[in-house]
Amino acid sequence: MNPIVPHLIVAVLLFAIGMTGALARRNAILTLVGIEIMLNAANLSFVVFWRFGPNPDPQTGLMFALFSIAVAAAEAAVGLALIIVLFRHRRTTSLDAADSMKG
Amino acid sequence: MAATLDQLFVQLLHGMTAPLPEAIRPWVALAISLGAILAVFGLCFGITTVCERKAIARMQNRLGPNRVGPYGFLQFAADGIKTLTKEDIVPRTADQVVHFLAPLALLVPVVLTFLVLPFGRNMTAMDLEVGLLFFFAAGASTELAVFMAGWSSRNKYSLLGAMRAIAQMLSYELPFILSTIGVVMITGALSTTKIVEAQAAAPGEWLARWHVFTPWGLAAFLLFLIAAFAESNRSPFDLPEGESEIVAGYFIEYSGFKFALFFMAEYLGMFSSSGMAVTLFLGGWTAPFAFLDWVPSWMWFFGKLGVLIALFIWVRGTTPRLRMDQLMDFAWKFMLPLALIILPTAAIWHYAGRGWLGWLVTAPIVVGAYVLLGRSLVGRRRIRQRSYRYAAT
Amino acid sequence: MSPIFYFLAMLTLGGAVAAMSLRNPVHCALSLVVTFVGLAGVYLGLGAHFLGLSQVLVYVGAVAILLVFVLLLTRGSGKDEFDERPDRWWPALGVGGGLGGVLIAVVLAQPGLALRTAPPELPTVRALGESLMTDFVLPLQVVGVLLTAALIGAAVLALSDRRRTPQDSGPVTSREEGETRR
Repeated sequence: MNPIVPHLIVAVLLFAIGMTGALARRNAILTLVGIEIMLNAANLSFVVFWRFGPNPDPQTGLMFALFSIAVAAAEAAVGLALIIVLFRHRRTTSLDAADSMKG
Repeated sequence: MAATLDQLFVQLLHGMTAPLPEAIRPWVALAISLGAILAVFGLCFGITTVCERKAIARMQNRLGPNRVGPYGFLQFAADGIKTLTKEDIVPRTADQVVHFLAPLALLVPVVLTFLVLPFGRNMTAMDLEVGLLFFFAAGASTELAVFMAGWSSRNKYSLLGAMRAIAQMLSYELPFILSTIGVVMITGALSTTKIVEAQAAAPGEWLARWHVFTPWGLAAFLLFLIAAFAESNRSPFDLPEGESEIVAGYFIEYSGFKFALFFMAEYLGMFSSSGMAVTLFLGGWTAPFAFLDWVPSWMWFFGKLGVLIALFIWVRGTTPRLRMDQLMDFAWKFMLPLALIILPTAAIWHYAGRGWLGWLVTAPIVVGAYVLLGRSLVGRRRIRQRSYRYAAT
Repeated sequence: MSPIFYFLAMLTLGGAVAAMSLRNPVHCALSLVVTFVGLAGVYLGLGAHFLGLSQVLVYVGAVAILLVFVLLLTRGSGKDEFDERPDRWWPALGVGGGLGGVLIAVVLAQPGLALRTAPPELPTVRALGESLMTDFVLPLQVVGVLLTAALIGAAVLALSDRRRTPQDSGPVTSREEGETRR
C-alpha cells in the first residue's frame, strides 16, 4: 500500500477523536486537551505531506509543523490562564457555568 | 598500543556484532551499548553512594559506614540486597496504575540520556545529529514522572514535594538549556560528537580549545552546573525532598525496590548531567594538553566525570538548603538574565576570534553582568559577617 | 509499512481515546502524554528528527506539565460532570464519526496520492537553521512576538487581581456588602 494512506488515516482518526472529545467533554481543561489533539493531527498531516508530498521545496512542511508547535504552546499557556481566571470567578471549570455575558 | 587501548571497547563491540546480518546489526549494537551503560553506571551508582556517605561523614566529623567489607566499601551491596527483599507497600488509596508506572517513567528517560554521551573516541551509543536536543527532550520528560509519583500517592506531603520539584525543575530548565546554546552557536552543530571534536587542540597548539577556557564558556559552564544541581534535586536545591519539612518529598509512599529505583534515577540523572557538562564545556574525551594525547580517550571522560561528581558531593556536604523564594529569585532574576547575556557574548567571541581582542571585549561583559545581576539580586540588604552573641568564638 | 509504525499508531490513537474518555482529568492528561510521545515516534520514523524531539520537549516537557498544574490549581472541580448528562455524547460522536468517515473516504478515494515514493533527502539541522534565518525569518520573528505576547498575556491573566474580586463574584448591591464579602 501507498505509505501515505495509513499515515493520513491516523491523522484523520486523531482529528476525529479530538473533535469528539472537545465537543462532548464539559471540563474546560479537557476541551483544551481535545483541541491540542486536533492540532497534533494537523501537524502529523503536514509532516506526512512533507515526507511523501510533491512539493519540491524540502523544508516547507517541516517548518510549518515547527511553527505550529510553537503556536500551540502559546495557545495552551493563554488558554490555561483563561481557565484559571474562569475558575476564580465561578469556582468551577465546567464550560456550562461560563454561559452568561455578565462578569 | 595507545591506539589499541583507546579503541578497545569499540573493537570489542565491533567483534561482537560482526557475525550478525547487516539489517539487525545497529540494533544489537545499541542494545549491547545500553547494557554496558547500565552495568557501568549501575556500579558507579553503588560506589558513589558509599563514597558520598564516607565523604560527608568526614565533613561532619563522624565515621560513616564502616561495617560491611573493607572500610565499609561493600555497604552498597548490603543496601541493595536490603531494598530488594523489603516488602513493597502501596497505599490503599493510591492510584495503583500510576503509582506503579511512575518509577519506570522516571528511570527510562534518565537512562536514555546516556545514549548520546560520547564516552570516548567513536564511543557514542547513538550518534544522533540532534544529540543535544535528545538529551534535553529525555530530561524534560522526567518532570512528568515526578508529578505522577507525587500525585498518585494521595499524600499531601508527596503532592507538595512534587509541586516543589516541578516548579524548581521548570525554572532551572531555562538556564540549563540556554547556557548550552552558546556552545551550539560556536560549534555550529547539535551533535555531541561534533561538539567534542571541535574542542580538541588544533595541530601545533599546546592547549585544548575547551569551551570552559573562554569567558562566556566559563560563565555558561557554571550556570549549567548550578542548573544541573537543581535538576537533580540535590543540595542546596533539595527542597522537593527536604526531610525536615515534607518528610521525603514525592517518593514518601514508595518502599522497597521502587524506592531504590527513585534513588538510582536521581544519581543517574546527576551522572548524565555531569557527563553533558563534561561534553559541552570540559572537552569531553579530549586531553587538556596536546602532549597528553596518548592517554586513552575514555579515561579522560571518566576522570572528568569523577571530578564533577566529587564536586557534587562536596557541595552537598557544605551548603545549607535554600528557601523557596530564594530558589525562584535565583533562577529567574539571576541565572536566566545571565544566560541571556552570555548568548550575544558568545556571538561576539565568534567574530572577535580567540585572541586578545576576544578576551578584551567579552570578559568585561560577562564580569559586568555578573556583578550587576548579583547586586540587584542581593538588593539593599547588607551582608556582614554574622556575630554570635552567646557562642564562643 | 513497518510494524513499528503500526505499534506507534495504536499507541497514539489509544492514548487519544483514553484522554478523551477517562473520567479522572489527571488520567486524561497523562494519556495525552502517551499520544504526544507516540506522535514524536511517528515523526522520528518519518525522518523528522528535529521535529520529533521538539515535540517531546515542548509538549511533554511544557504543555503537559502546564495542564496538570492547572488541573491541580482548579481542584474542587476535579470531577468531570460528563456522566450527569450523557446526551451530549451522542451528537459529539455523530459529528466526530461523520467527519472522520468523510475524511477517510476522501483519503482512500484519491488515486493521485502516489505522489513521491523516493524519500526526499532529509534536511540536516544546519539546513533547517539556515532556512529559519533566511526564507522563514519573518515567520520566526512573528512567532517570537506571538510567544512574548502570550507569555505576558498569560501572566497578566493569571495574576491574582484582588481589587476586582469582590465585585466579580456576584452582583454587589452596596459597598458595605462588597466589604463584608472580602
